[in-house]
Amino acid sequence: MKRLDRESRHRVALTLNGREANGWAEPRMLLSDFLRHELGATGTHVGCEHGVCGACTVRLDGAPVRACLTLAVQADGRRVDTVEGLASNGELNDLQKAFRRHHALQCGFCTAGILMSLDAWLESNPAPDEGEVRALLSGHLCRCTGYTGIVAAALDAAEARRREDGP
Amino acid sequence: MSTLGTAIERVEDAALLMGRGRYIDDMPVAPGTGHAAILRSPHPHARLLSIDTEAALALPGVHAVVTGEDARAWSTPFIVSVRQPMEHWCIAIDRVRYAGEPVAIVVAEDRYRAEDALALIDVRYEPLDAVVDPEATLGADAPVLHEKVGSNLVSERSFRYGEPEAAFEAAAHTVTTTVRYPRNSCTPIECLGLIAAYDPGEDAYDVLSHFQGPLTLHPVMARALKVPGPRFRLRSVPDSGGSFGIKQAVFPLIVAMALAARKAARPVKWIEDRLEHLLAATSATNRMTRIEAAVEADGRIASLRLDQLEDCGAYLRAPEPATLYRNHGNLTGPYCIPHLAVNNRVVVTNKTPTGLNRGFGGPQLYYALERLMQRVAVTLGLDPLDVIKRNLVPADAMPYRAAAGAVLDAGDFPATLDHGAREGALDALRVRRDAARAEGRLYGIGFAAAVESSVSNMGYITTVLSAEERRKAGPKDGAVSHATVAVDPLGAVTVTADSIPQGQGHRTVLAQVVGDALGLAPAQVTVALEHDTQRDPWSIAAGNYSSRFSGAVAGAAHLAAVRVRERLARIASQQLNARPEDVRFEQGRIFAAGNPGNDLDFRRVASLVHWSPGSLPDGVPPALRETARWTPPQLTPPDDDDRINNSAAYSFIFDFCGVEVDRATGAVAIDRYVTTHDTGRRLNPALVDGQIRGAFAHAVGAAFYEELAYSEDGSFLSGTLADYLVPTACEVPDPQILHRDIPTPATPLGAKGVGEGNCMTTPVCLANAAADALGVESLDLPLTPARIGDLIHGPESTPPRP
Amino acid sequence: MKPALFDYLRPDDEEEVLEALAEAGDDARLLAGGQTLMPMLNMRLVEPAVLIDISRLPGRAEIEDNGNFIEVGETVTQASLESWPTLAERTPLLAQALPLLGHVQTRSRGTVCGSIAFADPSAELPLCLATLGGEVVLRSRSGTRTLPAAEFQTGMLSTACREDEMVAAVRFPTAEPGAGYAFTEFARRHGDFAVVAIAAIARANGIRIGVGGVAEQPVVRDWPLLAGSALDDALNALAWSLDAADDVHASARYRRELVRRLGKQTVAAALEARL
Repeated sequence: MKRLDRESRHRVALTLNGREANGWAEPRMLLSDFLRHELGATGTHVGCEHGVCGACTVRLDGAPVRACLTLAVQADGRRVDTVEGLASNGELNDLQKAFRRHHALQCGFCTAGILMSLDAWLESNPAPDEGEVRALLSGHLCRCTGYTGIVAAALDAAEARRREDGP
Repeated sequence: MSTLGTAIERVEDAALLMGRGRYIDDMPVAPGTGHAAILRSPHPHARLLSIDTEAALALPGVHAVVTGEDARAWSTPFIVSVRQPMEHWCIAIDRVRYAGEPVAIVVAEDRYRAEDALALIDVRYEPLDAVVDPEATLGADAPVLHEKVGSNLVSERSFRYGEPEAAFEAAAHTVTTTVRYPRNSCTPIECLGLIAAYDPGEDAYDVLSHFQGPLTLHPVMARALKVPGPRFRLRSVPDSGGSFGIKQAVFPLIVAMALAARKAARPVKWIEDRLEHLLAATSATNRMTRIEAAVEADGRIASLRLDQLEDCGAYLRAPEPATLYRNHGNLTGPYCIPHLAVNNRVVVTNKTPTGLNRGFGGPQLYYALERLMQRVAVTLGLDPLDVIKRNLVPADAMPYRAAAGAVLDAGDFPATLDHGAREGALDALRVRRDAARAEGRLYGIGFAAAVESSVSNMGYITTVLSAEERRKAGPKDGAVSHATVAVDPLGAVTVTADSIPQGQGHRTVLAQVVGDALGLAPAQVTVALEHDTQRDPWSIAAGNYSSRFSGAVAGAAHLAAVRVRERLARIASQQLNARPEDVRFEQGRIFAAGNPGNDLDFRRVASLVHWSPGSLPDGVPPALRETARWTPPQLTPPDDDDRINNSAAYSFIFDFCGVEVDRATGAVAIDRYVTTHDTGRRLNPALVDGQIRGAFAHAVGAAFYEELAYSEDGSFLSGTLADYLVPTACEVPDPQILHRDIPTPATPLGAKGVGEGNCMTTPVCLANAAADALGVESLDLPLTPARIGDLIHGPESTPPRP
Repeated sequence: MKPALFDYLRPDDEEEVLEALAEAGDDARLLAGGQTLMPMLNMRLVEPAVLIDISRLPGRAEIEDNGNFIEVGETVTQASLESWPTLAERTPLLAQALPLLGHVQTRSRGTVCGSIAFADPSAELPLCLATLGGEVVLRSRSGTRTLPAAEFQTGMLSTACREDEMVAAVRFPTAEPGAGYAFTEFARRHGDFAVVAIAAIARANGIRIGVGGVAEQPVVRDWPLLAGSALDDALNALAWSLDAADDVHASARYRRELVRRLGKQTVAAALEARL
């Protein structure tokens, strides 16, 4: 049984966007704080810390999760993917490009979480309709866009991926 | 080819999409920076008897605990806009007046520790009776919040324009309605935050934040901190996670945390959490309005009478009571109503102080005015659209001076309305309604029209004072914007300006504006909008509010770029053997009209200024940095008859919609929504539509979901995002957006404001549709299923007999 | 909004969990998906001395079909139950209810047993379990006991689970031949807790109806095959029996109205769904 004492900081090692990363955390430290302030991965944003707004959504071993409802020590030894891992060599990925094309963001604060949700979800839902996309997005709050551009970008990226994968 | 007026992609987006934004909580801090947490009052109203901080200070990792005593030693109360001895300190002293009011601040080595220490502070309160209702607060037995003021009524003014009494006497009909606009807030996804530092050597404060302005509050903060303005340096971060007016409300915390940094002798960082945000950041005002129209038989309105009771919460926090006066000049909306009587009362209650919120007073005003228009139609048996049309300001009356002083600058409201009705297929919607009703369904159509004021007159708030008080205080007017365009030794262009953006894409638009003037692609123009009060030009009007960007800031940037262009044209004209006025700028080349083959490289001409001032034509100064300042000359102070032109430009909006009410649940579903805008010239149509959609989403929230609710005893009921319901992608439909652009002569580029209008029209348009569906007279927001259900469910089945 | 201090334990197997529970008693909380507990920790509404993380407990993420019921292990997420291939056929009520439960992003972590253990009066899964007449398997160092749903949940957020016990599994009865199942809820927004939720089972000889969101815990009634005004009367009596209260989202009267109206719709849908 792993026992971590409350007052001490403990080593947390994980794979962040494909690279080994590690830092120190008290047992109570939230994964969102650990990513941002211990590992310097500030692309993941914090909007409510009670699991409603979705801004802090990251992928934990592939599944979309709220980083504010996850302890840093729970991510020890696991794979965490964040918005910083989507682009490669400074080139936006297809979903990010679709967001830019459709003006699917304004302030950009909720965007990282939405990208990570969609990134995970489109893998298992390659041909969603608008209603399904909206249901998925209902786990996120955006105050700027009215969601129109986000829905369009998600549908557009999904379609482009299907075309690329062929019939 | 110029991109101005086209929907180019935003220059902001690549970094934001890669997670490379730089928001306040991402910014680097100095080693040793402390992290703050705030102890907030659990009571809506109480005497503060004592605060014991000893145990908190003894906790390892705690640097300092700040209380009202520190505020008393190092600061003064915030100045208030009305002449009342109201004391609003940044941290409570002696008394708390709303649940959530700061009582103490802990500075510790991290936020977790700081919160641990909060639990160790022992505060003794003596609870007092609280009052949250704006009518009840006027009662003889209501607890008085501010003893020195002596009354909860902190301002009352009456206004009279034209001959309202005679108009009412002569009118065929009088139609009245009373509405209660609730408290709500646009709640950006990023909460408030800041990093404050104090330099004891200079007795100077330095604060980094996403405070959005207006910088009228800079002197308010400097004064509260008892330092001259230059020793209160206020800097803005590159990115802000949305504001919608809300981030104005960080200003009292800026002062409080500046004191905390002083006491802790280290920089202090404070990031508000969501519970604090909902409880205590800010709110729109709740307002009760009784509105009355003197109506001719054909629906023409001769006069309005408004009795407005404005609830600003526990303190009149600057710039309040601005919410009430923001639209004072255009209280008659888009209508030609010559006579007007207004009574304005401002009260305090034991609720969070109010402040800027998208639409700023417009949602409250138009909820009353457009509900009244619908009531006029129903009462007189007229088509509501006809009633709106008959009263609109006609095109040939532009510019039109409204009764209370607004000068509606340009537009053709009737034609824009017709355009919307036609392109939005209103006739088909009517058929759809009739068919639904024939099936026994509850279906209704609603309308709303409004003028959306933009670029506010810095003098409008002084309408709250009497003419005599204004004379004593000196004139207040204008709305100065600043923008600077510079060209570097290699010909690269930089733009800075005083817009303090909050996510709208100002950098993109300014790159388009300046690129347009200089014949460059937007990518060749770098826009840097982090604002620094110590280094950048600014006026009290600086900041991100009153939709001032497209009219004022983009206008100033255009003027600055034109000056740079004129200078370059003079230099180039010498080399091209042409007159300066014939010099053209396109695609990075400079040439004489009529001889495009003989061209010069933009960079080459620009570099001459830096490298060879001696070769410049006579009288051309050796500099390529131009700061333009622009203020709309029509923004004069209120006149002696209290007429005020509160804004430089007024956009026009016409909305209609169809809704269906579910008989079982009372839920209102938006079937169709059409919104038609004349926003003047659109600088980037995609960004304009983004603003419209965003405001529409906020308005759907305000219409159906959002209320910062209090129980009668003053406890706050909307403390989490599971209580304060923000609409998701499943609740916000796509509105159909239509445009009919009429460039205004009132701003340099012909553009008007666009971001706030749907917060004014959409809630009332939806309510009018619901009223049409249900045939009810009185309807207040939010239109929750329970509230609608109680209207339609009829008498309840009685309990079974035991 | 950060949790208070706690010790963190991550047992390697169920034995160790039970040992840790026995040691810590009511100072301990089990952390599974964390979708309810973590917000409470962040808000410091609970401040346990010890947090026992069972989210990665090996071998407990199984869904087993035992013929008469499916047994869902303690770390099975709501998402994995939702995507269990034969869910719609074996437990149609759950198949209807699960998509209404929170969001994709919370179902991916939230566990089925966790939702049952929290016993929120507005939650979908406790209502399904109560209406189906399922069971909860409780385990401690002193042994295993199995309680019917009606005995497990004892009130609002309270259950018969002892301090040293954990919810080791939940058993949902599988579809009965010829029966029809329907689940309806009204929530303010997509994914919100229900203002009122109704589960109904229509059998050849009667109707069973369960109501969530109104009383302190799910309320289940068995009726003969009522129709028309007899059904209206029964629903009205049910609505009045629930002691509905006002809150920020709805009045008591409105909730009673929804019980009558959604109740009627849901019973009709269940009758319709009979094979």
